[in-house]
Amino acid sequence: MSLSTSALLSVRDLRKSFGSELVLDGISFDVPVHSATVFIGSSGSGKSTLLRALNLLEQVDDGVIELDGEEITAVAVDSDQVRRKLGMVFQAFNLFPHMNVLENITLSPIKVHGLTRDEANERALALLDRFGLREKADQYPDRLSGGQQQRVAIIRALARNPKLLLLDEITSALDPVLVNEVLLTVRELKEEGMTMVIATHEMGFAKQVADQLCYLHGGKILESGLAADVIDRPIRPETREFLARVHSAGRL
Amino acid sequence: MTAPISGSEEWQPSDLERNRRIERRRKTRKNGFIAAISSVLVLGTFAIVLVNSPGWLSLRDTFFKWAYGVEVLPKIILGFTTNLTLTLVAGSSVALLGLLLALVRTSRSPALTPFRFLATIYVDVFRGIPMILVILLIGFGIPALQIPGVTNEVLILGTIAVIITYTAYVAEVLRSGILTVHPSQRAAARSLGLSHFQTLRHVVLPQAIKRVTPPLLNDLVALIKDTGLISILGVTDAVRAAQIQTAKSFNYTPYVMAALLFLAVTIPLTRYTDRILRRSMERQNSQGLT
Repeated sequence: MSLSTSALLSVRDLRKSFGSELVLDGISFDVPVHSATVFIGSSGSGKSTLLRALNLLEQVDDGVIELDGEEITAVAVDSDQVRRKLGMVFQAFNLFPHMNVLENITLSPIKVHGLTRDEANERALALLDRFGLREKADQYPDRLSGGQQQRVAIIRALARNPKLLLLDEITSALDPVLVNEVLLTVRELKEEGMTMVIATHEMGFAKQVADQLCYLHGGKILESGLAADVIDRPIRPETREFLARVHSAGRL
Repeated sequence: MTAPISGSEEWQPSDLERNRRIERRRKTRKNGFIAAISSVLVLGTFAIVLVNSPGWLSLRDTFFKWAYGVEVLPKIILGFTTNLTLTLVAGSSVALLGLLLALVRTSRSPALTPFRFLATIYVDVFRGIPMILVILLIGFGIPALQIPGVTNEVLILGTIAVIITYTAYVAEVLRSGILTVHPSQRAAARSLGLSHFQTLRHVVLPQAIKRVTPPLLNDLVALIKDTGLISILGVTDAVRAAQIQTAKSFNYTPYVMAALLFLAVTIPLTRYTDRILRRSMERQNSQGLT
């Protein structure tokens, strides 16, 4: 019994609170295969919690998440099995500092997906090659720039062939020059048809990759639709105010 | 559980969520049930094997004669106060000296080079010699030197030997803790204008000590037990007091009483530290389910 037949990810009436603070208040949306859904909204609007909930890193208080036709919010679900289908990239990269780039990328393919070391290395090196990081394979994360670290983190998520990629404000810790190299990488993935859920502060980028843009405010999706519509012709006063603030900060 | 949340009119969980909660509760109950069954099976088997072994009755009389144990308990407790005093004195000295040594070893100041060198040798030597030898060497060696003004009191000499050995252990534990604090933390602190020492005091050490609290506690518990080793110099501690009683009666219950006294201190200490650590971890991390 699927909520929506064509969607890879379906979310219905999701609710989550921390103590007395209501962080997600009835969130519903669908993510069709090969599409990108982008969430914008100020800090504390619930974007990160939403992505963590999708990855089963938070237990929700109510509502349903369906991935690939399976209800992953069910109690009996094995979260490790669910996460095999998901890739997540974090704001602070979260690379393992005690492993070099290649080891970071091949850890899960070898330990979780049962690839041999040779297969995993080959695949990792091919990905590194594609994103221009081949020569960094034996470097340790701390030796790389922020942009390079984040691209490695994206490759680490990609190397597992996820069905859905979750990107949590992946450029927030980077300077504008480095932001670009990371966003280029994501745009390439988009062109290849990777299904993604993205939380971001980069409005220009949101416009470029989003098939569906959602404005999150106080734990609710206040406005959603085509990126151009939401950003250029917002209906709700809250959205307008948010965009005006972003604009005055020079980020549009 | 579901306190009304400000700003939203009384929220009721959906039927789906209600069912999930029932299922989660059922799962918790099932886990508790499995834990209980498995505990009864394992512990019950142990008890049955123990009680049915051929020598159980005579063993019970020689090791667990509680009436006799209670009778000698005051003497053992008197000895145990020596262990506790020694632990307090040695423990605080070790903490101070070990920290000093760790700071010297991790410093990069050129002026401290000879001290760094000496500190390294000190740790290498005293971590490598069995403590009982250090106790014997100092306990019998120093009085033999007959230096005027230096004490011959075995309790003091024994305490010094314990301090010397444990300082070497603790210094290494603290040093490893200091080294695990990421360099970016120093960079951030120095950039805020904090001096080298202030950085250590307010940023590096608090993180380092928190990380090495479990191994430090390990050393503290070991110290409490090892204080008994100075009984070889003739000091009457809990173990020695129990030994004296045992020699009189040929009953080993005093040993068991001494063991219980040690446990009465070390177990609460461990639980207490665990709780403090867990609390501070919960305050700092917000990492959801994993």
